[in-house]
Amino acid sequence: MIASGTPLKVSLAATAASLVLVLVVFELIRSRRLRERYALLWLVTGIVLVVLSAWRGGLNTIAGWLGVRGYPPAVLFAVGLLFVILVLLHYSTVISQLSDQNVILAQRLALLETKLEERTNRR
Amino acid sequence: MSAETFRRIAIVPAYNEEHNIGRVVDELHAFDPGLDVVVISDGSADRTAQVAAAHGAHVVRLPFNLGIGGAVQTGFRYAHENGYELVVRCDGDGQHDPSQLPNVLAPVLAGEADIAVGSRFVEGAGYRSSATRRVGIRLLAWIVSAIARQRVTDTTSGFQALNRKALELFAADYPHDYPEVEGMVMTIKHRLRLVEVPVSMREREHGRSSITALRSIYYMTKVLVALFVGLFRRRVVPAEDV
Repeated sequence: MIASGTPLKVSLAATAASLVLVLVVFELIRSRRLRERYALLWLVTGIVLVVLSAWRGGLNTIAGWLGVRGYPPAVLFAVGLLFVILVLLHYSTVISQLSDQNVILAQRLALLETKLEERTNRR
Repeated sequence: MSAETFRRIAIVPAYNEEHNIGRVVDELHAFDPGLDVVVISDGSADRTAQVAAAHGAHVVRLPFNLGIGGAVQTGFRYAHENGYELVVRCDGDGQHDPSQLPNVLAPVLAGEADIAVGSRFVEGAGYRSSATRRVGIRLLAWIVSAIARQRVTDTTSGFQALNRKALELFAADYPHDYPEVEGMVMTIKHRLRLVEVPVSMREREHGRSSITALRSIYYMTKVLVALFVGLFRRRVVPAEDV
């Protein structure tokens, strides 16, 4: 029978990688390059991955629930991918909102400019 | 010192408050005819801006909703650019009773505080609210008190008075979304003197508060992350990019 646990090395490497993610996000917030409202999803992603990577028993159990027989760390890929999709979707909505607001700003600015020019010309 | 010696202004953020804003502006003018009022209509879809202007307020119309932090900071910038020396902030929904303003102004006028915050929970204020809300408010008050090493009780109050020094800080740098909690910590980290005074607040008469259950969870999480990360920040005002 094939060993169906999570290899220690995989667990260590995955934990280290996800810890780096959490630290990078933290530093980005601290140095004000990332706003809290856009960082929350990244933080959750990082923390979930740290927990699943470090806690091999839990990962194996979840793999069992999901019917992943051969290689439990596959669950890490699945969870990671799920969160990346969530983050991307979130960003798509944010970008849509930003571009709408950008249109409104450009229109307001142009109208103000016209108003100002028409006023100075009249004098 | 008396308030009359200062150029003074009330900043009133309002989002869809056409039914409340007129009375708020009238009450502020009645309280002190020399008090200018600026209403920041935060992307309102109703007649908030027109009503406020009809009642004699200065009105700034934001082209879309910036959220309370962005709206209030717009007001701070307006006050700062126009040279005001004394600022009060109160909400556009009528919760903050201008008759309580002397309490809020007193520590600032006496030179004992750079910012005075009207608190519903200081002894003598008398305030009831739902259990979950109380737990949240208590928790935030406890955390902020620990970080600031100063006891505060109401970290979400937007009923405030500020002097020019505090105005300068907030015009340059003010937190987003739900700003009061982080604003309090910022104030104290910048060594400004913050004093809480007891006030009673009214129930809003029209419309609904913008805080829903899901939003308050997001709010708590976001504020906790911001406070935690803030611990590792030196007190810096970001470079002015205006």
